[in-house]
Amino acid sequence: MIDFSRNHFELFGLPSRFRIDDAALEHAYRTLQRSVHPDAHAAGSDADRRAALQASARVNEAHRTLRDPVARAEYLLELRAVDATAQTDTRLPLEFLTAQLERREAADVAAAGGDAAALASIADELRADTARLTTAVEQVLDGDDVGAARDRVRELRFLSKVADDLDAMRDAVLER
Amino acid sequence: MTLFQISEPAESPRPHATKRAVGIDLGTTNSLVATVRNGFAVVLPDVEGRPLVPSVVRYAENGVVVGYDALARASADPGNTIVSVKRMMGRGLDDVGDDRRYPYRFVEGAGVIRIATRAGVRTPVEISAEILRALRVRAEASLGGSVDGAVVTVPAYFDDAQRQATKDAATLAGLPILRLLNEPTAAAIAYGLDNASEGTYAVYDLGGGTFDISILRLSRGVFEVLATNGDSALGGDDFDHRVFCWALQESGLPPLAAADARELMTRARHAKEMLTGHEAAPVVARLAAGTVEAELTSAIFTEITRTLVAKTLAPVRRALRDAKLEPPDIDGVVLVGGATRMPQVRCAVAELFGQPPLTNLNPDEVVAIGAAIQANKLVGNREGDDWLLLDVIPLSLGIETMGGLVEKIVPRNSTIPVARAQEFTTFKDGQTAMALHVVQGEREKVSDCRSLARFELRGIPPMVAGAARIRVAFDVDADGLLSVAAREEATGVEASIVVKPSYGLTDAEIARMLSESFAHASEDAQARALAEARVDADRIVAATAAALAQDGDLLTPDERDVVDRALADVRATRDGDDRAALSKTIASLNAVTGELAARRMDRGVARALTGRRVDALG
Repeated sequence: MIDFSRNHFELFGLPSRFRIDDAALEHAYRTLQRSVHPDAHAAGSDADRRAALQASARVNEAHRTLRDPVARAEYLLELRAVDATAQTDTRLPLEFLTAQLERREAADVAAAGGDAAALASIADELRADTARLTTAVEQVLDGDDVGAARDRVRELRFLSKVADDLDAMRDAVLER
Repeated sequence: MTLFQISEPAESPRPHATKRAVGIDLGTTNSLVATVRNGFAVVLPDVEGRPLVPSVVRYAENGVVVGYDALARASADPGNTIVSVKRMMGRGLDDVGDDRRYPYRFVEGAGVIRIATRAGVRTPVEISAEILRALRVRAEASLGGSVDGAVVTVPAYFDDAQRQATKDAATLAGLPILRLLNEPTAAAIAYGLDNASEGTYAVYDLGGGTFDISILRLSRGVFEVLATNGDSALGGDDFDHRVFCWALQESGLPPLAAADARELMTRARHAKEMLTGHEAAPVVARLAAGTVEAELTSAIFTEITRTLVAKTLAPVRRALRDAKLEPPDIDGVVLVGGATRMPQVRCAVAELFGQPPLTNLNPDEVVAIGAAIQANKLVGNREGDDWLLLDVIPLSLGIETMGGLVEKIVPRNSTIPVARAQEFTTFKDGQTAMALHVVQGEREKVSDCRSLARFELRGIPPMVAGAARIRVAFDVDADGLLSVAAREEATGVEASIVVKPSYGLTDAEIARMLSESFAHASEDAQARALAEARVDADRIVAATAAALAQDGDLLTPDERDVVDRALADVRATRDGDDRAALSKTIASLNAVTGELAARRMDRGVARALTGRRVDALG
């Protein structure tokens, strides 16, 4: 078996922390794929090609996780044995949830009225909120308060889902 | 010490190191085959110098006819002359929509489309195999021997069923397939290597029946697809159909019979093509039902096809969004596919991206050229192959859960290969089987997604409800094809899987079609199977010897001994006539070298990163 004991950060030779050097990640990703991608082993035996397929899929999974801030944050918690994605207990602050609910309602109204400009401005506000929250996540993730880190990461995941919904609404408005 | 490998003269796979590799663009309207010759990719023309093969198959009284000769009889014999078969690949009868558009006799039933022809009932896979066979014959005549490996292109937005159907067609045509390659990616390879480009590119590929948009980043020899989107049922054919409807309406004729419809469709296409260089084009057709005579102007054409052009722009926006980019981030837009010759399309693309598209490569040939370059690399011909392609899966893969909802397991635009797993459990005490439904698509409801296959897991040990932990693993290979495996984790029992592809052929059907195609030449088939097994044997012996020479230290003496013995067994059976025995020794060698392959891959990873650190210092 391929050595799966290294974590995603170690695989790319990067420090296991939230702040990441995007250029170094991309460079390490490409370097590893050049070595393990099935195309580089097309002339090998079946065993070689199977090993290449596994290793390449592993490198892709690691890259996909690390390049996305929310997935990266969840993965860092996972490394500390905290599951931020468990759906059983959703303990988001009421204030946060109310704000998002209002945002959704405003977006629904804008979408129903075909108001692309209003949707765009809601998306801009959301981006600003996401940026602020990402900074907060960065600060708590490398600290000791794992519970606080988990809650912030959950909020970040929530915002990313709202952003996806907004994108879908914007498409629907543009396409009609 | 470096060990140089020297093979025995009689054993060398081929005196000339270059292998015969081809790239095939299996298009809706036309198909092509290309190869790399003396370092240059060239399209292989027929004896009359024509590069294209019309993707038309006619089941004539005296055999199968493919290409121009079939096209010439399309209006006279519409029921037995199949055009645009690509639109039916991996699809069911429900999907083709308005079947009055087609002059064929469809066989009623679920699953794959079946067409009753003069030669019997045929599936789109078999019909496409005829086109591929014609291309294989052309390539063999031109290259002077059998093809060692082929890359066949598919629309990037093809789903799993459509890809599998294409691969099955290649198998039926006797083509050793190296890879399925996405058409816009193939075009990017041809374009990028030709222009030594760096940056972010959009490839807008409007073919005869399919539309793809891919966003790629080209950097230091890596072609990385960031996102892809499209419509696998939108292409030049639809523009022809709009002209057809318009001309029919102008003429005041009633709905047309099959032969007339085919004839008017051909006239409509000619008028559309003429508009590329002219302001107006006549549509004149003398039909059994009467005469059609109309003048199609550029303004009318723009008006009647406006919604079709708009339909291509929505996927472009979605692809940009998935790539997290805006139109100004794109350094260049490459146009691919004959339908991008339409000025209406060029204008719309230029307007969206705010720049004129790049058109310095022949849009009909660029896909086959890119496929040939990839085939040349994969077959092992070492000529300037220092580049790597990272492609994505176009549509999310998931599984049906309670309430007809989809649980996505592999999201769209994941870089392939992908391995993802999900755990499921039993619902009832003592439950020993489980039914899973695999779907592909972006919608939340199963009914809005494509059904790929249904799986039944059997042999789960009886336990109380919720105690079994069944891990279902999704693996998408470098062709973008999905395979599924299942295992009960608590007991380690491998559950057996019964696959029922929703719109595909089963392995048994493929085997039957293969044996039928060899029915008249069964000795040939056996000889060929033995020859193929020997090629396999040579490859694994060479690969294993090279691996041992380079990384033999990764094995303990005992492990080494096992590999050496398996290697000797393959060599001993290589020149015999017993294909089954040879296949068996090859399989054992593959099995005992699995661990070595994995350790070498690990060493490769470690070395690659060490190399990077050295780079960083220097």
